[in-house]
Amino acid sequence: MQTKTRLNKSVISLLLIGSTSLSLGLSKSFAVEADVERGLEIAIEADKRDTGFVDSTAKMKMELKNKQGQTNTRQVRVKTLEVTGDGDKGLSIFDTPADIKGTASLTYSHALKPDEQWLYLPALKRVKRISSKNKSGPFMGSEFAYEDISSQEVEKYTYRYIKDELINGIDCFVVERYPAYKHSGYTRQVAWVNKKEYRAEKIDFYDRKNVLLKTLNYTGYQQYLDKFWRADTMHMVNHQTGKSTTLSWKDYKFKTGLKNKDFNRNSLKRAK
Amino acid sequence: MNQQYRFILLLAILLFSFPLKAQAQWSGNIALQNRYFFNDPVALNTLQHNNYLSFSAEPEYYTAWNDEQQSFTFTPFVRVDQYDKERTHGDLRELSYQQVFDDWELRIGISKVYWGVTESQHLVDIINQTDSVENVDGEDKLGQPMVKATFEKDWGTVDLFVLPYFRERTFQDIEGRPRTTPVIDDAQTTYESSDKEQNIDYAARWFHYYGDLELGVAYFNGTSRDPLFSAGLKNGNAVLKPYYPLMQQVSIDAQITTEELLFKLEAIARDWQNFDSLTLQLVDERYAALTTGVEYTFVGIIETDADLGLVVEYLYDDRDQRATTFFQNDLMMGLRLAINDADSSEALLGIIYDLDNQEHLISLEASRRFAQNWTATLEVRLFNNIDPASLVKNIEQDDFLQLDIAYYF
Repeated sequence: MQTKTRLNKSVISLLLIGSTSLSLGLSKSFAVEADVERGLEIAIEADKRDTGFVDSTAKMKMELKNKQGQTNTRQVRVKTLEVTGDGDKGLSIFDTPADIKGTASLTYSHALKPDEQWLYLPALKRVKRISSKNKSGPFMGSEFAYEDISSQEVEKYTYRYIKDELINGIDCFVVERYPAYKHSGYTRQVAWVNKKEYRAEKIDFYDRKNVLLKTLNYTGYQQYLDKFWRADTMHMVNHQTGKSTTLSWKDYKFKTGLKNKDFNRNSLKRAK
Repeated sequence: MNQQYRFILLLAILLFSFPLKAQAQWSGNIALQNRYFFNDPVALNTLQHNNYLSFSAEPEYYTAWNDEQQSFTFTPFVRVDQYDKERTHGDLRELSYQQVFDDWELRIGISKVYWGVTESQHLVDIINQTDSVENVDGEDKLGQPMVKATFEKDWGTVDLFVLPYFRERTFQDIEGRPRTTPVIDDAQTTYESSDKEQNIDYAARWFHYYGDLELGVAYFNGTSRDPLFSAGLKNGNAVLKPYYPLMQQVSIDAQITTEELLFKLEAIARDWQNFDSLTLQLVDERYAALTTGVEYTFVGIIETDADLGLVVEYLYDDRDQRATTFFQNDLMMGLRLAINDADSSEALLGIIYDLDNQEHLISLEASRRFAQNWTATLEVRLFNNIDPASLVKNIEQDDFLQLDIAYYF
């Protein structure tokens, strides 16, 4: 009892002594809360501006480069169906390397609950439902992890606005985001979001030890249907291995009339 | 063969009756294979060799039109083997026309379908015959003539099959290895059906998925893809004669996919004839068999990009030692390593262990890509403690290492 009183007293005196710094601390925590709110607002606005594309198809060329400069390429056709209120549905068909030609993957992505994923293996004509735990693993041996290329939903992260910054002459919000889903390979990402168009210009990825792992740069943005911005080139550098991957996108088409039934096991088997 | 010609004709008619605004493409692979057997063949099989070289080609022509609602696929396959005249063979893996309608699809021609979820054996996968000269794992299949209709409903997907022509299993020649002892003489093949290979088989499968659960239920009525064998003679030498009984089979296959773990189950119940072990007469037999297990994957092991998967499956057949398969009370354990590098390097190590007689089959498969269009695949298969009563007792001597170099285009 006595101890407690003494403790209380000392707490009070501490409070009194430290009142100046405390008020500073309080204002800081208010500021943090405001930054969190601001970060979320930016993410919501970016999401809103990319809503309503209905569906899209595109061709992607992936160029893998190792430290010695040797390259490997992959070509993938990607179909996407927008799902309002949930993650999108995606179908990817691999054209090269030739040994995996005809391999296709189907993903129903979700904000927080695990994605549903199927793989079609043409040699066996087998459709395999696969575990979606492997978020941090490399997509086709590239520097892009599965989580980097999956549907970006607001709920997948918590956010914090850091500051405004000019990069490559573009006025950006700098926003930190922290994965809210399980099995991420990152502690955080720092995104530079174009203030005018609310599109990402650059993202830094920090690994599980909070060390800078990769940087992704978006270039050659084009606007489709007077609304939706898509980058022609996405360049990812791994700072820890010296490897890099460039994704080049072409033949973007929107509102092509894709339906739910184009994104099921049967259409996966048919994908060529 | 008559039936097959009719199919080709039908395909030709369908093909030319549609305006061709098609996108057509050739793809496929050619491969060189070398199989090396560590031990000399048993004394009985003096005609076998220790090293077999072979070449294979599997080109594919695919064309689609009408917004890919209609397509045609042609996939011939051929292998030329240095010694085994039966392994030197060709097949139409695919020669089919497909059309997609609003809520159903039709495929007509020679094609392949895959049913099932497990890794160690494929109990429920019975539409296509096994091309068993290709490999011992039974995963290579012969093209099956079929009319297949697929209906997509809210309550699931239904596949209906009419299979108008039966394909006999392929078997090694007397110089082939590994094989049964004595050799199988497919010239003496007999059937339960009086229509023989012209018997029309039917099959149906319902498939649906509910969140984490995928479920398939299938029914098959027709000639068994699995042959039975009886003793015979050819030019005074002992041979085995294949016999294909009629059968009915119901099967279920299910997988539960959680974020961490996959649970798998395949089970069948079959009504057919089998040879009575005492009288050697054909008697009706009803049996059940299952494969069930789990798969768990460690992601990013030892701070690398590599994944290590663990597969454990239990294989059961209620006929016990009378089972016509190897796997009546067996445990399979597998390790799957995926390096996840640019060359797609991966390896699969598996052992199937018989819990009754300690028979075990060990296999290692490793592959990687090189120079963009090439792959190298290494396989090692070891056979130990094989049941002395088995027709393949001698494969104990047939441990082998196989290297495939394939070029893809």
